[in-house]
Amino acid sequence: MKVAVIKYNAGNVQSIAFALNRLGLDPVITDNKDIIGSADRVIFPGVGEAKSAISYLDELGLLKVIPSLEMPFLGICLGMQLMCSSSSENDAKGLNIFDEQVIKILPTNKVPHMGWNALFDIKGALYKGVDQKNSYVYFAHSYFVRLNSLTNAKTDYGSPFSAGLEKNNFYAVQFHPEKSGDVGQIILKNFIELEK
Amino acid sequence: MLAKRIIPCLDVQNGRTVKGTNFVNLKDAGDPVEQGKIYADQGADELVFLDITATVEKRKILADLVFKVAQGINIPFSVGGGISCVEDVSVLLNAGADKVVINSAAVEDPSIIEKLAKQFGSQCIVLAVDTKVVEGINKVFVSGGRRQTARETLSWIKQAYEAGAGEIILTSIDHDGTKNGFATELTARVSGLVPIPVVASGGAGSMNHFVDIFQQGKSDAALAASIFHFKEVAIKDLKHYLSQNDIEVRL
Repeated sequence: MKVAVIKYNAGNVQSIAFALNRLGLDPVITDNKDIIGSADRVIFPGVGEAKSAISYLDELGLLKVIPSLEMPFLGICLGMQLMCSSSSENDAKGLNIFDEQVIKILPTNKVPHMGWNALFDIKGALYKGVDQKNSYVYFAHSYFVRLNSLTNAKTDYGSPFSAGLEKNNFYAVQFHPEKSGDVGQIILKNFIELEK
Repeated sequence: MLAKRIIPCLDVQNGRTVKGTNFVNLKDAGDPVEQGKIYADQGADELVFLDITATVEKRKILADLVFKVAQGINIPFSVGGGISCVEDVSVLLNAGADKVVINSAAVEDPSIIEKLAKQFGSQCIVLAVDTKVVEGINKVFVSGGRRQTARETLSWIKQAYEAGAGEIILTSIDHDGTKNGFATELTARVSGLVPIPVVASGGAGSMNHFVDIFQQGKSDAALAASIFHFKEVAIKDLKHYLSQNDIEVRL
């Protein structure tokens, strides 16, 4: 199985590689659109700032390539936010795979939302085998996506919001499965084992 | 609801974990790579790694060690020790760190916080504050607790938050290594002062101290070293104990 992890200017891709190694996989970390286009699975990580990430992806020619991919695709954290239509973080435009806006967490809570929070109302193949009574995963973000028709996992921080989105072959998680202990490992394994 | 975090801390010198009392009298406390793996398996919510080696070759050695520790763990990983510029942070993030911990360099030049937060995002920039009461005033100390600065602790934390720090690790030098409990009152004041997560550090000696720091100290996380390294308290037992005391934890 060929797994490509998209490399760009947005933070740590090494932990994703380590998590995939633990699943017995040896991913290619790349910004090459041909390698990405021919992979069996694509993971789109990201920590950092939305607008500079988008302009970097634009320079690499990936803005058009990503939405047209047909293999299972997983956006993580900022990756998920960039897959939406726009972000209020510096008015960044997104890839528009999910027709949703990304908005700032209200300052009634501590921002960033940082730490382990529980998933609920999980559904679909990505969450197969995850026990909802013990579903803590690790979050570290300041912007979020509201609940919507594409939400396949929820979490609650002051109010419930989308911990995950799913549309056709496109999956996204607001949390970091590569940093979420055994639960995260199950989710990554499910992603790898998705049927096309 | 967000769970309270339990964070073992590895103070590393020349590739080995060490631990002292009130920041001095260091003794060997194990292999960081092995310890990281064991703590992750036992249910630690995060791992903090502070390098206290002071050599020229330091940066490269540190990156290698960070790589090896990160390889073995599936929980968040924060790394600190002598970080003073964007390049230092890039090296560590590329080696597998998720967050970096800054201290002395920020005290000397607070603009570094803003620079790093802008480049890497606030969620990635943790400010460590070592504090000690001097003539009734909370003073900030740097250089591994060896040097007193003119800064008052609470005003420094406020300033650092405004510059973009995303999390505070508050270590009470007065409590560190004593096993008499965390600095509950000061931590509660810091937690009320800034709207970012506060990690309490220094003084853990029993499971009850953790209950106190979460309930009275209002901290988001608690960090400890020797009680975990020397197996006085097991993380699993601690988390069950906290849960029995109605504190939300990841079991």
